[in-house]
Amino acid sequence: MDELLLIEAVERYLKGEMTPKEKTFFEEIRKNNPAIDQMVVEHTFLYHELEKQANIKAFKHTLYEVENKLTEEGIISKAQLSGKAKVVFLWKRYKRNIAVAASIAGLVSLVTTGLIISYNNKVGKNSITELVSEIKDTKKKVAQLQGSVTASNNNTIKKNPVPGFRATGFLIDGKGYIVTNAHVVNRMKTIYVENNKGEFFSAVAVFTDPQTDLALLKINDTAYKTMYNLPYSINKTNSNLGEQIFTLGYPRNEIVYGEGYLSAKSGNEGDSTAYQVSVSVNPGNSGGPVLNKKGEIIGIITSKNSTADGVVFAAKSKNIYKLLEAVKKAGDTSTIKLPVNSGLKGLDREQQIKKMEDFVFMVVGN
Amino acid sequence: MSNLDQEKQLLEGLALKDGSVIEAIYRDNYPMIQAFILNNNGNSDEARDIFQEAMIVIYEKAVSGTFELNCLLKTYLYSVCRRLWLKRLQQLQRYVNLVENVEETVVVDEDLEIHDKHNANFIIMENAMNKIGEPCKSLLDAYYLQKKNMQEIAADFGYTNADNAKTQKYKCLVRLKKLFFAQYKNGQAHG
Repeated sequence: MDELLLIEAVERYLKGEMTPKEKTFFEEIRKNNPAIDQMVVEHTFLYHELEKQANIKAFKHTLYEVENKLTEEGIISKAQLSGKAKVVFLWKRYKRNIAVAASIAGLVSLVTTGLIISYNNKVGKNSITELVSEIKDTKKKVAQLQGSVTASNNNTIKKNPVPGFRATGFLIDGKGYIVTNAHVVNRMKTIYVENNKGEFFSAVAVFTDPQTDLALLKINDTAYKTMYNLPYSINKTNSNLGEQIFTLGYPRNEIVYGEGYLSAKSGNEGDSTAYQVSVSVNPGNSGGPVLNKKGEIIGIITSKNSTADGVVFAAKSKNIYKLLEAVKKAGDTSTIKLPVNSGLKGLDREQQIKKMEDFVFMVVGN
Repeated sequence: MSNLDQEKQLLEGLALKDGSVIEAIYRDNYPMIQAFILNNNGNSDEARDIFQEAMIVIYEKAVSGTFELNCLLKTYLYSVCRRLWLKRLQQLQRYVNLVENVEETVVVDEDLEIHDKHNANFIIMENAMNKIGEPCKSLLDAYYLQKKNMQEIAADFGYTNADNAKTQKYKCLVRLKKLFFAQYKNGQAHG
């Protein structure tokens, strides 16, 4: 029997849509033909697994709703806001890591600073660089390096003003909500986002949180079509030291991949809302997602230590949840649904990138 | 006993994914579980994860219809969370001497084994769905997970009529079946 027909028959059988006559006929065939019976058994199993999948997903959804409600009522406590005891507890737990990380970072930056001083005498006081790229600047440098190549890229941005800054952002809700850095948005009056196909959309800043350096953008362009099935999920828990990570961003006019590892559980000067990661980043990477190998977003690139090599800081992904709570409190009624499950689990890296690159945007503005 | 009847009603509501029932269970039990995990080297996010998983365990049991509660739901939930947390601690290699009040616990190992199996199948299905590619993924998702009807789907996906969409859906299902069983049999061979 044709497999398509059989599947249809099995489905109708399981749903109880068959007439009694059909049913007897169907059962008769099963009895007399073991191969078909085997197929029916398999399809039934698959069908039930799909049903279970649907049920568990719907159930989880209800759980999240209840959780959100109870978190607001304070019955479920939030990691960041649960008072002194928690801070002391976290401090106790991470004291050693922080101390080690700080001393390593200190040592590294001392050594590098020493080296740099010995090579040239001008060293900036502020060692943390935010990774927004000033486009004119880089262009000039590229021009200096490449001499003859000029004004090649300007054509692509015809109807829009020439952007002054470039950074990275990524979708957290297919309706057009993008997370990027607060310091990115603060430098821009008009904001555009561009996907890897070169399509431009205008966007507005919905909310910025300077403390964690995160900002929420909303694409308000009519040309933008809602994107479904965000492939990554956003991690709520802390990640482990040494975890393999990777990032996508726009340090150039093109999407760039980088990989590395999580090197400390706190950020600059023991900032517990951030991680230190070791990955190669450049101006323009700001706001880029940091993912673990399962395809869960664990952080957002914010800055790097300009005097030490490979000391990069990323805001923890938990802060996205905090940001959304703040957005809600500020009176925004739009419901933002974060992706719950990572569809990147178990895929090899190339496929992971292929699946997610459409959801990572260049954020440009002036 | 009216108490047991009440709990029975809770389980029935749970099987129907009734939000108010879920909320009631959270209200009654969450603080205790959270305290247990915070006292044992965990944080509030981890407490949330563990409780969520325990809720799925009892949901699966409630749906299967074989749930005969021989103890209070509270005791059962506590036992499940305790077991899950010990397992998580072991995975994270965070060893800890359990600090707990003398709570009554029941043996839940068998239930958790069943849950693990369900969970493994859930992940295999999810992987299969993710590998299947578009438009199959969205199509199957719309029909089986979001429970949209064929007319709606035909309109959403630009098929000329519901029959075309249906044929496409069955084709996708055949592919899903291949992907699912390839991994499923593989997993069984290893496990």
